[in-house]
Amino acid sequence: MIPEDRGGPAQPLLTVKGLLKHFPVKKGLFGGASAKVRAVDGIDFEVLKGETLGVVGESGCGKSTTARLLLSLIDPTAGEIVFDGERVGSRALSLKEFRRQCQMVFQDSYSSLNPRLTIEASIAFAPQVHGVPRKEAVGRARDLLARVGLEPRRFAERYPHELSGGQRQRVNIARALALQPRLVILDEAVSALDKSVEAQVLNLLLDLKEEFGLTYIFISHDLNVVRFISDRVMVMYLGKVAEIGGSEEVFERAQHPYTAALLSSMPSLDPDNRTEVAPLAGDPPNPIDPPPGCRFHTRCALVEPVCSAKEPPLAATEGSHRAACLAVQPGSGHSLAPAATSVELAA
Amino acid sequence: MLAYLARRVAYTVPILFGVALVCFALVHIAPGDPLVSVLPPDASADLQAMLRTLYGFDRSYPEQFGRWLWRAAHGDLGTSIATGRPVTDEVFKAVGYTLRLSILATLIGFFFGSLFGFVAGYYRDSLVDKAASALSVLGVSVPHYWLGMVLVIVFAAILGWLPPTGAGSGNEGFFGSLRFMILPAVTMSVIPMGIVARTVRALVADILAQEFVIGLRAKGLTDWGVFRHVVKNAAPTALAVMGLQLGYLLGGSILIETVFSWPGTGFLLNAAIFQRDLPLLQGTILVLALFFVILNLLVDVVQTALDPRIQRS
Amino acid sequence: MAALAQQSIVEAPQPKTTGYWTGVWRRLRRDPVAIFAGLVILALILMAIFAPYIAPADPYRASSLRRLRPIGTAGYPLGSDELGRDMLSRLIFGARLSLFMGITPVILAFGIGSAIGIFAGYVGGWVNTAIMRTIDVFYAFPSVLLAVALSGALGAGFGNALVSLTVVFVPQIARVAEAVTTQVRSRDYVEAARASGAGGFTIVRVHVLGNVLGPIFVYATSLISVSMILASGLSFLGLGVRPPEPEWGLMLNTLRTAIYVQPWLAALPGVMIFITSIAFNLLADGLRSAMDVKQ
Repeated sequence: MIPEDRGGPAQPLLTVKGLLKHFPVKKGLFGGASAKVRAVDGIDFEVLKGETLGVVGESGCGKSTTARLLLSLIDPTAGEIVFDGERVGSRALSLKEFRRQCQMVFQDSYSSLNPRLTIEASIAFAPQVHGVPRKEAVGRARDLLARVGLEPRRFAERYPHELSGGQRQRVNIARALALQPRLVILDEAVSALDKSVEAQVLNLLLDLKEEFGLTYIFISHDLNVVRFISDRVMVMYLGKVAEIGGSEEVFERAQHPYTAALLSSMPSLDPDNRTEVAPLAGDPPNPIDPPPGCRFHTRCALVEPVCSAKEPPLAATEGSHRAACLAVQPGSGHSLAPAATSVELAA
Repeated sequence: MLAYLARRVAYTVPILFGVALVCFALVHIAPGDPLVSVLPPDASADLQAMLRTLYGFDRSYPEQFGRWLWRAAHGDLGTSIATGRPVTDEVFKAVGYTLRLSILATLIGFFFGSLFGFVAGYYRDSLVDKAASALSVLGVSVPHYWLGMVLVIVFAAILGWLPPTGAGSGNEGFFGSLRFMILPAVTMSVIPMGIVARTVRALVADILAQEFVIGLRAKGLTDWGVFRHVVKNAAPTALAVMGLQLGYLLGGSILIETVFSWPGTGFLLNAAIFQRDLPLLQGTILVLALFFVILNLLVDVVQTALDPRIQRS
Repeated sequence: MAALAQQSIVEAPQPKTTGYWTGVWRRLRRDPVAIFAGLVILALILMAIFAPYIAPADPYRASSLRRLRPIGTAGYPLGSDELGRDMLSRLIFGARLSLFMGITPVILAFGIGSAIGIFAGYVGGWVNTAIMRTIDVFYAFPSVLLAVALSGALGAGFGNALVSLTVVFVPQIARVAEAVTTQVRSRDYVEAARASGAGGFTIVRVHVLGNVLGPIFVYATSLISVSMILASGLSFLGLGVRPPEPEWGLMLNTLRTAIYVQPWLAALPGVMIFITSIAFNLLADGLRSAMDVKQ
């Protein structure tokens, strides 16, 4: 059964508006909160039905916080999440029902399985929470194990420590699918795996997506993997969206200097394909006290005085491709800003 | 460091308040009228009411607590019901005795504990190591009041070498009064000995397994050099454990003091309990707990100062 | 691509699946010291249960003529106490009260302390801070002092001694319970369970309890040894069991006056406390290493 599609294919499956998360930081004698980490600092994006949205960025840019915010595992400071036209937490779509339709696979395959439960019990747990009788839930768990490539008769009653990392991640995928969700968030789901196992799991994910009509949000720091699996890509920097657009557009014609720098730090096998943009140096600034204006200006090759004065909006450059950089926005005051059309930064 | 110090002290204040509250509550969880042990059985209603007002038992609990805390902060812990003397005087006289005994016991325990622990950690998994760890299991499992009795049986009753109980009359001179302390202090030293031995053994084994020590040895550092290095690295933690143990002994000496009739706080506490002298009970426990809290604070601060690697948040 | 995904099972299968407790038991069985300690404890418990059938004499029957007979006297294999009662029978019967007084507070504290600690750890936030700061206050008293202070204030007696010891152990167990629960709560499988829409109660029941009760249990077993010494210590001070009941700590107290007459006899009850305490200590050590699975 594929859950009903309410708004039709044209309506985004997920719309995120102004999502914001500030963590208070304890300071001072009596633990009063006098500073805050701006982990996710007001982001907007959409996830279309049936697509895979890749999310990339350095560690600490807010990728994983975004994933946890989407599932309300942590409470957002502000912002709204709309799932297929209904606001999450509204009368029409309770949090529990939303959580049935939206599931997550975590990076650490071991820590995401309860060591005291057999893997079939782990997979059957969520359906039981939603009222499926135990027998039926276990039956479904065994079907899913078979579907993710683990022979149920051999694996169903094993414990997590008896499985390899790749096998455990297959179990985690089966667990996420047990509720027949429409949206699956994969938070660095293949990052801890060996390259050969990673490829197998990626292929499995593609197969499952087709078979169950899933939509993916695929979070990773590995640009090659993101390029392979994503239809669209969102680049995050210090809690903000730097650039978002179709996978080919972003990878071939990066608009934001940060994206360009990320791409140039990617190992390339083609000696003629070297970029001129300097790769990233140093660590991102402290998210407690982010730089004024454009957050990237402290590390940017194209920095100009205007960059620290004015915060660039996330504006369309071509089609659905959008970037938050003054250098590509007409009339921004940046010397490289185009008069009318966009420029290409990546050589 | 200063910020840490301030935070650590600030954290101690509510604890001290809580400790005071518990000590105050002790009198009030006691069954029956707290006045019962002072009143003659045939006391008139007038006398009862008068004493009640005198001791402040007619006021509300928060008011009583406030007044008690205020006076305690000024060094007035009330009057002993049994002796009629100020509790503060009684307690501090006894604390002197307990402190003397506890310090001697801690030193003995620390010396032998470090020795066993060091040898065990240096020759790991050897016979010495096994013997030392067996000894430390025995040390933490032994009912020390019984050990005290056995020592009295052997050294006082059978051999007659040492006095069985008491602290002497005070006219024996230094070595004379030390004779009275030997048995109780040795008994008491068993408590920290096992724990110090365990800690030192783990520390020494850890330090020796570190790669740079192996490297130093490969470069031809002498055993003496390695030893110095180990001592320097193990000392802060070992000293911290010793400090904490001293705190435990101060509060935990009651059973041993009873066995040896040592006139310290434990003995005082025992007397307070059986004479139902609640102000004395309350005051003794408050002073001992304060010692313990402050000692903890000092140990923490000193350890942080000695060992910059410890970053506490 | 689909073919790749299907033929992925390359790791060799393991012959047999093992649950956590099966593994613990298997490792414990290979530890001779722990097994021996366990057998000693079992023997002590059986001795307590079947005391009336084992003891050669009535532990309460006094005889003013046969007081303080030495060990090995005919009819008194371990001698007689200061009231002429048979030592062996009193030591056997003493196991009943001594074990009960040593173990019960830990069991009670295990229940109460785990509940407090798991609640505080799972809920987190300021509720946790409030609970744990209160617990810290009890930590400011050395356990012997707290036990003596409480039973001293409550008044001597068996029930009050049990209550005092329980109060001593609850904060210690709650602290451990809070620490392990906080650790487990941050694991991804708890996050995943929350993400599947499960309520707090269900998550604690299915995912938290199974992972925290083990470590708390090990800690609690290691407290039994301390509890045995403290419980007998309270009776030794006259704050626990009252005469003429046979209890090792109390027997030690009443025999103190006899150390010049029958020194070794007077030390006997302490030997029983010592043996029990060592056995529980060694069993707890064995249990700890058997349950310490390196992941």
